[in-house]
Amino acid sequence: MHIPDGFLSTPVWATLDVVSAPAVAWVARRAQRDTQDNRIPLLGVMGAFVFAAQMVNFPVGPGTSGHLVGGALLTVVLGPAAASLVLTAILVLQALIFQDGGVLALGANVFNMALAGVAAAYLANRLWAHASRSVAIFAAGALSVMTSACLALGQLLISGVPMTGGVLWASLGLFLISAIMEGAITVAAVRAIERLNPAWITPQPATSRAVAAVAMAALVLVVGGTLIASAAPDGIQRLTMQGVDSVGWRARTMAGLVGIAMIFALCYLGGKLKSRRRSA
Amino acid sequence: MHHLVIDRWSRGSSSLHQRDPRAKLAALLVFLVVLSTTRPGAQWAFVAYAVLLILTANLARLPILGLASRAALVLPFSATFALLTWWSGDSLRALALAEKSFLSGTAALLLVGTTPLTGWTAALESWRVPRMLILVIQFVYRYLFVIAEQVQRMRWAALCRGPKQRGFRLAAGLVGVLFARSWQRADGIYHAMLARGFRGRFVPAPPAPFRSSDALFLSTCLAGCLAIRMLL
Amino acid sequence: MSRVIQIAGLRYRYPDGTQALDGIDFHLNSGESVALFGANGSGKTTFVLHLNGLLRGEGSIEICGMRLADGTLEQIRSKVGVVFQDSDEQLFMPTVLEDVAFGPLNLGLSPDDALTRARTVLKRVGMAHAFERAPYHLSAGEKKRVAIAGVLAMDPEILVLDEPTTFLDPPTRRDLLSLLRSLPQAKVVVTHDANLARALTSRAVFFDQGRITGQGDVIEIIQRFHWEYS
Repeated sequence: MHIPDGFLSTPVWATLDVVSAPAVAWVARRAQRDTQDNRIPLLGVMGAFVFAAQMVNFPVGPGTSGHLVGGALLTVVLGPAAASLVLTAILVLQALIFQDGGVLALGANVFNMALAGVAAAYLANRLWAHASRSVAIFAAGALSVMTSACLALGQLLISGVPMTGGVLWASLGLFLISAIMEGAITVAAVRAIERLNPAWITPQPATSRAVAAVAMAALVLVVGGTLIASAAPDGIQRLTMQGVDSVGWRARTMAGLVGIAMIFALCYLGGKLKSRRRSA
Repeated sequence: MHHLVIDRWSRGSSSLHQRDPRAKLAALLVFLVVLSTTRPGAQWAFVAYAVLLILTANLARLPILGLASRAALVLPFSATFALLTWWSGDSLRALALAEKSFLSGTAALLLVGTTPLTGWTAALESWRVPRMLILVIQFVYRYLFVIAEQVQRMRWAALCRGPKQRGFRLAAGLVGVLFARSWQRADGIYHAMLARGFRGRFVPAPPAPFRSSDALFLSTCLAGCLAIRMLL
Repeated sequence: MSRVIQIAGLRYRYPDGTQALDGIDFHLNSGESVALFGANGSGKTTFVLHLNGLLRGEGSIEICGMRLADGTLEQIRSKVGVVFQDSDEQLFMPTVLEDVAFGPLNLGLSPDDALTRARTVLKRVGMAHAFERAPYHLSAGEKKRVAIAGVLAMDPEILVLDEPTTFLDPPTRRDLLSLLRSLPQAKVVVTHDANLARALTSRAVFFDQGRITGQGDVIEIIQRFHWEYS
């Protein structure tokens, strides 16, 4: 999900750099305001923790294992501004030192993972917190991964990186699986942490549900819009001129949105089940 | 390990190591922008960029093979897309994808291989990157290896106690304990900071002056990159 | 001989309700070294965190004649240097030199003066070769020296060391001991290491469940409480 340099076209990476820079400045100011000064070492240590926790294998089946990505976990523990800041720091280190993600592409990666991904996690948590904590946290994990992955895919497509229908469906399918795994792993991790000390998980966020719902809808539109916009005329033309079976922009967008909708549905049903069980 | 090697490289004493981090960071950005905007058909330009990087690596007295093998970490990802692009008939673009991502990676490595973390974060800060972000980057880096080592030890301890039964729950428990220890570590750090008089402000070190040798280095890089871009 | 630490009736209760310290009276004379013994959880570290105001309990604490209060915290923290048990938590800056300069910078020295003082102190503890090293790469013994340097750079009158020899091999312990013996400051040493206590301190205090149940000559206290395991 970390986009290297050389993949995005100049207008795409340049725009995202220009968009992300002031957003990060805003996030830094917000984090500073919300953070008592003892939290700077906490943010750093939590960043290092996430980095290290990504090394832990979560077996999910014979021969398969998943790993924590950590965006949703950070959001639930530190709050969205601090989580965004920590993720940005991690992305900078990954780009320069660990060769994971490009330097010019930092704007894009930060936008996808540290900004949109955290926003998705925060909003999802807010939307479902009333129903069940586990569903809320699952949604936070799953939607943050799905959002950042779909945005990355859209940016690559807009840049003209060609993808056949098969590859596209496979990618979206992979995203969905990763999203579900992240949801499950985040829930398990948060439960384990709460058992040790419930105070570490920040309580119910203060945004009203209505605002959260609108914000979530806006986010989905952004993701959907990116996928739609990736139907840049020259991109389609190049593919059709070379006779490759191109997937229409409608199908692509539908696939991305269907993935997100499936996760919504899962969470909605999960939430309803939990509420019913509770009131029974 | 990867980051330890880079850390070691960054403490060298070549003339490139001694250049101002701001000059090196600016040179990297110039190179990356020029590289990124090079059209896929200009194969000779890519060769010239590679030569430029090799010369820089020599100046920095860094091992070319070591640099190349680390930059090659990006290749599995970009090679996949390169293959897809080749398949769809755009072979020039396919090659360009692989070349651009590889050369970008090498250039970034040249920066961090000749500049310790404090150097390039100071350069970022002088370019108005928010102080809070800089501090978090430094703290993450500082504790990255400590906590990673902890994870390693905990995994070994868990493995010693038998095969991977209930692997998922074990992993969750491990992450939970790691979190708890990390949080306590953060408390300990805060106490240590208070004990040495911390009052909420990290005092930044004043930047070293930009010397003429740094300006010369930067202008040479700029000239070289632009020449390649426009002529080849 | 003046008293650099004078504590009367110190009480502290944890947020969960446990009484961690239950009426502690303690004193330390200028230049004197005292060992703190006691089982894990007996309150030694909690006590030590009160000496520079990291924890605030009831009772009176006087450091170098100053009453511990919000207004005097800054000065007291420059007089009481605490070397924590975990060196990784203590060395939090990216390089050794920056870490040791952290204290002086907070005291208000200019960056140049702070760095000069840091270099001087690092030479004093035998770590002059490590200015630009990252703390991660140092051995346990080297980290402990740098931690001590970081504290010495604030020019304290009292050194508090929390289990300084944990994780150190015998030769390193020897080196650390000789360094500590060469420092003129008064010392409070929390330790399980009877050898260190015998070699470094003259008096010992025994903690048990938040109270002091024994005080006296260090050798006598070690014998009385069987504070050696062989």
